[in-house]
Amino acid sequence: MNVPEWWYLVLSAVLFSLGALGLLIRRNPLVMFMCVELMLNAVNLTFVTFSRSLNDIGGQVVVFFVLVVAAAEVTVGLGIIVSILRRKPGTTADDLSLLKG
Amino acid sequence: MSDFLQAYLTVAVFGGTAGLLIAGVLGLGRLIRPSRPNPDKLTTYESGVDPVGSGFSQSQVRYYIFALLFVLFDVEAVFIFPWAVGLETYSYFGLVEMGIFVFILVLGLVYAWRKGVLRWV
Amino acid sequence: MTAALLFAQVEKVATPKLDWAATAPLLILCGAALLLLLISSLTTSRPARGTYAVITVLASAFAIGTAGVLWARVTDAERGAFTTAAGALTVDGFSVFFIVVISLGIALSALLADDYLRRENLDGPELYVLMLLSGAGGIVMAMANDLIVVFLGLETLSIALYVMAGFNRRRAESRESAMKYFVLGAFSSAFLLYGIAFIYGATGSTNLGDIAGFLNANTLEHTGLLLGGFALLLVGFGFKASAVPFHVWTPDVYQGAPTPVTAFMASASKAAAFAALLRVFVSTFAEYRLDWQPLIWGIAVLTLVVGSVLAIVQTDVKRMMAYSSISHAGFILVGVQAATAQGVSAALFYVLSYTFMIVGTFGVATLVSGKGDEHHGLEAYRGLSRRRPGLALTFTVFLLAQAGVPLTSGFLAKFYVIGAAVDAHSYALALIAMLSSVVSAFLYLRIVVAMYMTDEEGAEPGPRVRVPLGAGVALGLAVAFTVVVGILPQQVVHWADRAIPVVLASGR
Repeated sequence: MNVPEWWYLVLSAVLFSLGALGLLIRRNPLVMFMCVELMLNAVNLTFVTFSRSLNDIGGQVVVFFVLVVAAAEVTVGLGIIVSILRRKPGTTADDLSLLKG
Repeated sequence: MSDFLQAYLTVAVFGGTAGLLIAGVLGLGRLIRPSRPNPDKLTTYESGVDPVGSGFSQSQVRYYIFALLFVLFDVEAVFIFPWAVGLETYSYFGLVEMGIFVFILVLGLVYAWRKGVLRWV
Repeated sequence: MTAALLFAQVEKVATPKLDWAATAPLLILCGAALLLLLISSLTTSRPARGTYAVITVLASAFAIGTAGVLWARVTDAERGAFTTAAGALTVDGFSVFFIVVISLGIALSALLADDYLRRENLDGPELYVLMLLSGAGGIVMAMANDLIVVFLGLETLSIALYVMAGFNRRRAESRESAMKYFVLGAFSSAFLLYGIAFIYGATGSTNLGDIAGFLNANTLEHTGLLLGGFALLLVGFGFKASAVPFHVWTPDVYQGAPTPVTAFMASASKAAAFAALLRVFVSTFAEYRLDWQPLIWGIAVLTLVVGSVLAIVQTDVKRMMAYSSISHAGFILVGVQAATAQGVSAALFYVLSYTFMIVGTFGVATLVSGKGDEHHGLEAYRGLSRRRPGLALTFTVFLLAQAGVPLTSGFLAKFYVIGAAVDAHSYALALIAMLSSVVSAFLYLRIVVAMYMTDEEGAEPGPRVRVPLGAGVALGLAVAFTVVVGILPQQVVHWADRAIPVVLASGR
């Protein structure tokens, strides 16, 4: 059975929205990172789907770049989190409130 | 109603039935079950040793550092695999290019090493 | 079997042609970053003071020099603009213009950072490495002829900036700003990427030349995907350019980040965001102008109003300047919204003048803040004219330029942008821009008044302010540019006029 393309598009839209919602709602920095990853991978799914329907390899090449960028991003993000948690274990996003006005 | 939406009617009916079934069964259970609250019922292990401390334990920060380096260098393999498969078609251009790529990565590793990140403290 | 024989037997793929002269600015910046990393990894003794800053400034100067050579080539009527690296990068007047702007941002911020790092006891090559790489990412964004290259440039720019924002690890504010910037930045770049995916789905390509060609040749039956892509791309670019409603990170991050980094963020990173916005929307999606212009119109109005009104209620000077930079983004958007050659040229002029103004402003803030990067309240500026008359005068020039007082580059920048909006019949927008510039003038005057009028005689004098050589040079350059261009703008206007982005089909 051939699954129509737009199913994948809907799935990736749902995943992307879940990631976006999670980032806005969750307060644990690590879970927020996972949400970012979810968003990026949802986009990867979109790219691969379009790549298949357009019969163009370009979209799949993009996924490679996005994967690497996502890894670099998460590495830096984890580094930042580690440097925050080192001083103050158990920090959540709500504890970051020195800067406001 | 188009065929397209009609196909989805099945899904909607199915979903609705599932929702009703769950609500019905749980509601029925709530109606007929006796209610005798007891603090012991809320413990993690009703018959056993009381757990001590929190269920989450924190890993040491030093594991993170290694994990970070691993993630970073591991993902670069994404570029090296296709290159290795297609090296013959890329010829010297590919060889030199990958040489530059790996050189930059090695530079990062050397930097990390010099900063003492690789030492197990 | 030797490698040569092995290679000889297989059919070769066509490897992309790289124009070395065109990529030279990028290679110089990246090469300098690697060089700094190499020096710090391999040597044990500390180099002489300021070595890293000097290398950074020299690299930027070389990048500007090679850009000058390129300028002669791309503005030559016979040769003109071209693409390189298999259609991934465009080399036109626009690219060269932004190479110069971003390299200037790097050089000026590095001059500010030199003394700052020693003062805060953070001396090392890392900040310069990150600055160079981040700047290179910004240049990639400006030159990109492919949406994916835009994304890669944006990420190179941003990832380095996340680290730079948290560079002063001992200050909780700095760590916090890095975290906030990171979370919101990652959020917005995911939106940008999703937008790219939509555009790819709608047009079948990520290459800007091919997209423009496709949109010109075909009429889309369903434009939903394309318009969704526009909106998502605007979220991504709007975030980097700190346009309302994607600005929420700006005040916090600008305040928390080390001040020279804030200068870099406000100049180079914002310039790169506008470069990508101009190239992608104004030139590539020109055919669908009527669809995206209202979006930009709304964003521009919100940005102008929020930026100038919220700036007034702040008490921290860095925060005020953050809101003022938001309102400047609104002015540049007014030029973008016009979507005419005149609008683009006005936006370019604005970006260049703004770079000098804002680096100068944050440069003064770096010096006044004193050790610990702490004194950013308005009270730190009270009576500055008596303690440091030269510095107070310099700051006054930057503030007046930001307010748009005649005889400064800031006035002309605002004038050209509003003129472009009027010529494009966006009268309402032009009016709002003028009103908001009046409102924000109050903010700048408030700081000037604090510096020059000290009512209570016995007031406790603020911390001692030292002006080191590097920062002095940066401030001097910025003042000179602001005043000279404010009086004699012809040459810069001429450059901006010739730097309109060109969309070229890929070389394939």
